[in-house]
Amino acid sequence: MGDLSPGSRDVELTPVTESVVEPVISARELRKTYGDFVAVDGIDFEVRPGESFGLLGPNGAGKSTTMRMIGGTLDRTGGDLAVLGMDPGPQGPTVRAHLGVIPQQDNLDEELRVRENLIMYGRYFGLSRSFLAAKADELLAFAQLEAKAKEKVQSLSGGMKRRLTIARGLVNEPKILLLDEPTTGLDPQARHVLWDRLFRLKEAGTTLVVTTHFMDEAEQLCDRLIVVDHGRIMAEGSPRELIRTYSTREVVELRFGSARNATVVAELDGVGSRIEVLPDRVLVYADDGEACLEEVARRGLAPVTSLVRRSSLEDVFLRLTGRSLID
Amino acid sequence: MTDETGSAREQTVVGHHHDDLDTTTLAYSGQAPSHAVMAQRAHRFGTWYHAEAVLRSMRAFIVPGLLNAVGQPLLYIIAMGLGLGALVGNGVGTVDGVDYLTFVTPALLVSTVVMSVSGEMTYPVMAGFKWMRTYYGPAATGLRPAQIAAGHLLAVVIRFVVQCTIFWVIAVAFGATSLGWSVLMVPIGVLAATAFGAPLQAYAASLEGEGFQFSFVQRFIVMPMFLFSGTFFPLAVMPVYLQWIGWLSPVWHGTQLARLVSYGASGPGWLIAVHVLVLVAATLAGVMWARRVYTRRLTS
Ligand SMILES: Nc1ncnc2c1ncn2[C@@H]1O[C@H](COP(=O)(O)OP(=O)(O)OP(=O)(O)O)[C@@H](O)[C@H]1O
Ligand SMILES: [Mg+2]
Repeated sequence: MGDLSPGSRDVELTPVTESVVEPVISARELRKTYGDFVAVDGIDFEVRPGESFGLLGPNGAGKSTTMRMIGGTLDRTGGDLAVLGMDPGPQGPTVRAHLGVIPQQDNLDEELRVRENLIMYGRYFGLSRSFLAAKADELLAFAQLEAKAKEKVQSLSGGMKRRLTIARGLVNEPKILLLDEPTTGLDPQARHVLWDRLFRLKEAGTTLVVTTHFMDEAEQLCDRLIVVDHGRIMAEGSPRELIRTYSTREVVELRFGSARNATVVAELDGVGSRIEVLPDRVLVYADDGEACLEEVARRGLAPVTSLVRRSSLEDVFLRLTGRSLID
Repeated sequence: MTDETGSAREQTVVGHHHDDLDTTTLAYSGQAPSHAVMAQRAHRFGTWYHAEAVLRSMRAFIVPGLLNAVGQPLLYIIAMGLGLGALVGNGVGTVDGVDYLTFVTPALLVSTVVMSVSGEMTYPVMAGFKWMRTYYGPAATGLRPAQIAAGHLLAVVIRFVVQCTIFWVIAVAFGATSLGWSVLMVPIGVLAATAFGAPLQAYAASLEGEGFQFSFVQRFIVMPMFLFSGTFFPLAVMPVYLQWIGWLSPVWHGTQLARLVSYGASGPGWLIAVHVLVLVAATLAGVMWARRVYTRRLTS
């Protein structure tokens, strides 16, 4: 490869670098134990730059544990972990300078005012006061808290504090934003505004790592996700892929009353491709839900209520773990 | 469960939301230094950043704090100088070769800051880890846990520099000490405070419970330290079996140094060195212990 002109080198190299683009986070055999208890049980995943990556799982799955190990605020027990090419253990402070961390539990300084919280947090990154003055205003707009700028944090509602915590995590213009259950406590309106804004942050180049146990959030927000349970990865893929792989196109929900749900199953045999019995309802998985309903009616089974809906990640989770994600 | 109508409603909410917020500059304004520079600044100045944050959140207490810093020495000087001093003066003439007010003032300066530090390095530390979780904010930035520990101590030190200076000014104004070397009582008072405060901070950080131990510390460590550290009478006056309290007490070591600079109290050179060494060693040991405990708690 003697003397290639710069132009032809570009043409040659671009596709190569794109296909082997360095992950911003890579975990191999990542483990965390507390005494005998295994919280994270050897998980592998990679997060690519600019994507929105999700960890979906029920309470206690190990999501926060994983997030904290990424930020280096929790020592891992074993495995390899690299964030932007650095080890968040020994290089934690440097790693964190690149991150925006939104912890599951708010830790705002309640003695300070709303705007001051943003500014003081920016100071931890060595940002100048003039930069922070402008930044704080933008972040207040992001959190829709302009009117509360001078209030004490104590006087904010739970959802407002949550929004402030999220805005605070953006003060250093992070390369990677770690969001641990970002929308907990937000009203539906605020959740949608947040999803929209996070989506646009991603478009502007910020990598998002999101944990959630809301399937709609995962579906809306994540390009790719891992389903975690008991510290292990149950499945990985885009929301669409996961639904295609682990579920059918549609789901029929039938309620026969809690006493009958279990007994009616035998009579449903052969309807749809799979049947799942929950305490309060029976789920029939099928590609054509209406056809299923007709078949149910033809067999003379009269459910109290019935509903045909599209498959969701909830169904994927149910299939993978035999448990409902949200009880 | 999301049903068809639910997702339809979600769609309209998103669709109706015309957002003119500029997310691009939010993600990258071009005005911020690189993240490597941010990491470097946090590495160098992180302790100061955290001290600033702590001082700011103490701001609500500035007025009561100042009132306290002015009121306490005034009360002590009036009570000791005019009341107790007159009594002692009439009986024995002088203590340690000086009048009682001169004798007791350096001790009061030192013991009031050491008493104050027990408030600053107990409940606020527990609040940082547990009640308010304020340590976890900076722990998620480029700061090291050791800087969070040191920053908190630094903020308290800055507060005590102010408090000791006020005490000293009042003492000078009332003729309880003279202008000059006595100004060294300020750093001596602060050093005595850190000699007790830094280990106390580490101890407080090591507690996972609700801090009921603090009232024991107050009753069985702070109060005896105040009463048996040669504050109101020379240590030598006490029976020998009580004198060990003084030797262990930062208040006594600090007080003896403060007397030296305040009115030139005499003593062997080696003893002066011991006073300084004890205070410095206790401070350093506390800082190192705190660093370990903070690191453990903020990474596990
Ligand atoms: N400090 C700790 N000591 C002992 N066990 C812990 C500790 N922290 C977490 N665990 C355990 O580790 C498991 C994973 O916890 P983690 O907080 O990561 O769950 P999660 O997926 O974030 O759950 P949630 O949805 O409730 O936030 C849980 O079973 C929890 O009890
Ligand atoms: Mg969690």
